[in-house]
Amino acid sequence: MKLLAIILRRLVWFIPTVAGLIAIVFTVSHVIPADPARLMAGDLATPEQVAALRLQHGFDRPLIVQLGHYMLRVARGDLGTSLFTNRPIVEDLARRLPATVELTLVAMLIATSIGIPLGVICAVRRNTVLDHALRVLTVSGLAIASFWLAILLQLVFAMELGWTPLAGRIDGFAPRSVTGLFLLDALIEGELDLFGKALSHIALPAITLAVPGLATIVRFTRAGVLDALQSNFVLYQRAMGLPEWLIVWKYVLRNALISTVTQIGLLFGILMAGAVVVEAIFDWPGIGAYAFLSIYQSDYNAVMGFTLWAGSIFILVNLAVDMAHALIDPRSKAA
Amino acid sequence: MVELLAVEDLTVGFHTDAGLAQVLDGAGLRIDAGEVVGLVGESGCGKTTLARAILGVLAPAARIGGGIIRFKGEDLLQQDAARLSRDIRGRAITFIPQDPYGSFNPLFTVGAQIRDLVRWKAPRAGRERVMELLRAVQIPEPERALEKLPHEFSGGQRQRLMIAMALLPEPDLIIADEPTTALDVTIQAQILKLLRDLVKDRGISVLFTTHDLGTAWEICDRVSVLYAGQDMEAAPTASFFAAAAHPYTRALLLSLPDPEGDIRDIPGEVPSLLEPPSGCRFHPRCGRASEACRSRPPRREPAPGHLVRCHHPVA
Amino acid sequence: MAALVDVLSRMARDRAVLLGAALILLLVLVAILAPLIATFPNDVWDIHPTQRLRPPDASFLFGTDRMGSDIYSRILFGARITIMVAVVAIGVSLLIGVPIGLVAGYYHGWPSDLLMRFSDIFLAVPQIVLAIAIAQTLGPSIENVILALSLTYWPWFTRLVYAETRSLKNEIFIESTIALGASPFRVIVFHILPNVSSAIIVRSSIGMGFTILTAAALGFLGLGAQPPAPEWGRMISESREYLPDAWWYALAPGLAIFLVVMGFNLVGDGLRDILDPRLRRAPKSNG
Repeated sequence: MKLLAIILRRLVWFIPTVAGLIAIVFTVSHVIPADPARLMAGDLATPEQVAALRLQHGFDRPLIVQLGHYMLRVARGDLGTSLFTNRPIVEDLARRLPATVELTLVAMLIATSIGIPLGVICAVRRNTVLDHALRVLTVSGLAIASFWLAILLQLVFAMELGWTPLAGRIDGFAPRSVTGLFLLDALIEGELDLFGKALSHIALPAITLAVPGLATIVRFTRAGVLDALQSNFVLYQRAMGLPEWLIVWKYVLRNALISTVTQIGLLFGILMAGAVVVEAIFDWPGIGAYAFLSIYQSDYNAVMGFTLWAGSIFILVNLAVDMAHALIDPRSKAA
Repeated sequence: MVELLAVEDLTVGFHTDAGLAQVLDGAGLRIDAGEVVGLVGESGCGKTTLARAILGVLAPAARIGGGIIRFKGEDLLQQDAARLSRDIRGRAITFIPQDPYGSFNPLFTVGAQIRDLVRWKAPRAGRERVMELLRAVQIPEPERALEKLPHEFSGGQRQRLMIAMALLPEPDLIIADEPTTALDVTIQAQILKLLRDLVKDRGISVLFTTHDLGTAWEICDRVSVLYAGQDMEAAPTASFFAAAAHPYTRALLLSLPDPEGDIRDIPGEVPSLLEPPSGCRFHPRCGRASEACRSRPPRREPAPGHLVRCHHPVA
Repeated sequence: MAALVDVLSRMARDRAVLLGAALILLLVLVAILAPLIATFPNDVWDIHPTQRLRPPDASFLFGTDRMGSDIYSRILFGARITIMVAVVAIGVSLLIGVPIGLVAGYYHGWPSDLLMRFSDIFLAVPQIVLAIAIAQTLGPSIENVILALSLTYWPWFTRLVYAETRSLKNEIFIESTIALGASPFRVIVFHILPNVSSAIIVRSSIGMGFTILTAAALGFLGLGAQPPAPEWGRMISESREYLPDAWWYALAPGLAIFLVVMGFNLVGDGLRDILDPRLRRAPKSNG
């Protein structure tokens, strides 16, 4: 029963937030420009085409009416048509989603599996040389522009050393699609050399994407562990002679991680923000690359469609993380 | 009486931003086998520091300036840290903390935490023994209790669990650091009596720190007084309350609210630990002080088992 | 005043903060002195097709770009763009976000809730996503980038200020000031604002770092300053088609961005540590 209340409360937050996002995008695309029709029609449109668009979208109607129509359209899943692919934008985005999901998941895996243990070590060895060195590295990791790092990694590992391919998601044929994630699909099919190829292609983009996330996780875990180490249960367990490694890695880590889970949502945002440029540079056929291409080609509706999609996905992830946190933390069940 | 624990001349300082705080100065304490000894003093007098020094869990900022902590014949301060953690803490000496609310990890069931204790500290204890102890501390429905999370228990129940956990490894000594301070007055007496009954049955010694003389009277065999990091007096309970010899002890006893409701304060303030008075640290507030008090009085024994450190004890 | 001196002296003792401050100072000096220290100051506009893509040497410290312009000089002038973007974007965000946060925090009721819900939307979506939408609509230019960044960053200040204001309102000294008849304006400006200022300062410093990165990303995407403006992000984007041969082309602007953002991050982190006991740690410290 409590669980239902938690879920409902979060849903109540979710819907107005998405509605608000739609309203904001509407304001940006319909209210701010002097002539929205011209923007949407593109540079190559004739005046007649622009006029037709204006009529079709009802740009002469009152703003409230336009907003209402817009909301309905978006709720139906109609984000307009791309000027360049001539396909519904929703279709383009949906086709590209698995690539971005796969990239983001691998990056998160890298960031958490390396970041959390490092954060614990930093906290336990506070103020030692190792701690200081890692802190310098994490600050650096947050200061590097993702697109610059991507180019540097490409330069060194793909161009100079030839250890990885330059760009793209795979050479040749993709594994048969089950989940849409090449790595998983290749494993499911038992195609080990396809798996290897997919892995070599995802390596650089995932690492690039993971760097700021990794830095953030190390810092948060470190702070969380340091905080938890002040707890009275740590004093008790030490006084009762329990091994320090047990206290830290079993008990303290769990407490620190509870607060880190809420940061996963934040982490996802960092990753998604980086995905736009990383996918662009590595020619990774995901949503970020779509945004990049659409900007480059002044495909206005596509850019707006991307904003709505990416924004909604992120709000959704926040929602999921929030609910997960409520579920994981046993204290909130009783609260 | 067989000596179990003797603290002799222990000096502990803490590094703070403002300098070295001399929290314990030549403090001494003795606990015999099977005895419940109360360590009484105002907040900040160093009793928690003394308790933690015995356990070996002082804060990193602490500096031990000298002294001996002799437990069953060997000096704990000279022992290897790993051995202390493995064999002494949680086995020969166990701990009941002041804070029943924070001393359990809120994310793990009580059973999980007890299981870890058993595994690492009392491997020969089986499930039956855990149940027996839970029943002994009067936890209702012990089987179900293990599956519950700490916040599902009241403060008093959590403290009972702590008592059970302290008994589990069959220790020689339990250090109970103000175990009832955080609890309601109404259950304080209950918990204390429970603790006393259980340890007396098993012949376990207890070092019981408190700022409340009343609780010391309830369960202790002997009472020792600490002021500003120095031990002032130690005596069997009856003798302590009836014939206290140290001026500070007498002032403490007098400051207890009496039937007429008068409260007599001790004039003056607790000294700064950064620049404490020389010799007996109580002498600036003492009505009987003299020049001699600027040097630390030796221990005298005016009556059997009754120790005082004062140049001018009350007869 | 005494508090300021104390903070400054503690900053001076923290080597990381000193390094960060030095880097920021370097940025400012470079931006101011660019015309004097650039070897080819006119290369911001001039092109020299015969000198295209030369590797670094004695006269072209970081090599030349696809137009034959000296990269070193262009980077120096690019510092001006960087500073302007960071300062104006954060400044405008501050001016929008702080008052909204103060008012929403001070007053209760549905207008406050509505305001906070509205700003929550911006916090729930990555800044760059919305910034792209705004910049694309307004057209590519450095002013529009600044506008886009300001319009998407102010909620971070609002959230912070709102939380602090709400908690301060419960403090006794505020309650008594109100009881003594002080007007809301007085209370907010003279009593609440000073106590919130340290949190604002920390966020501003960290925010400048992130703003520079986001602005560079927008420049990389083509939404920022247009050629021939020597905007660092754009320079990196230009360099792509000449890799791996013209490796120097990408190196220098990226390094510049790195050093500058490092500077702001180090100072912001250090400030947060110093001011921490008075700051409640905000749940989100990124962005």
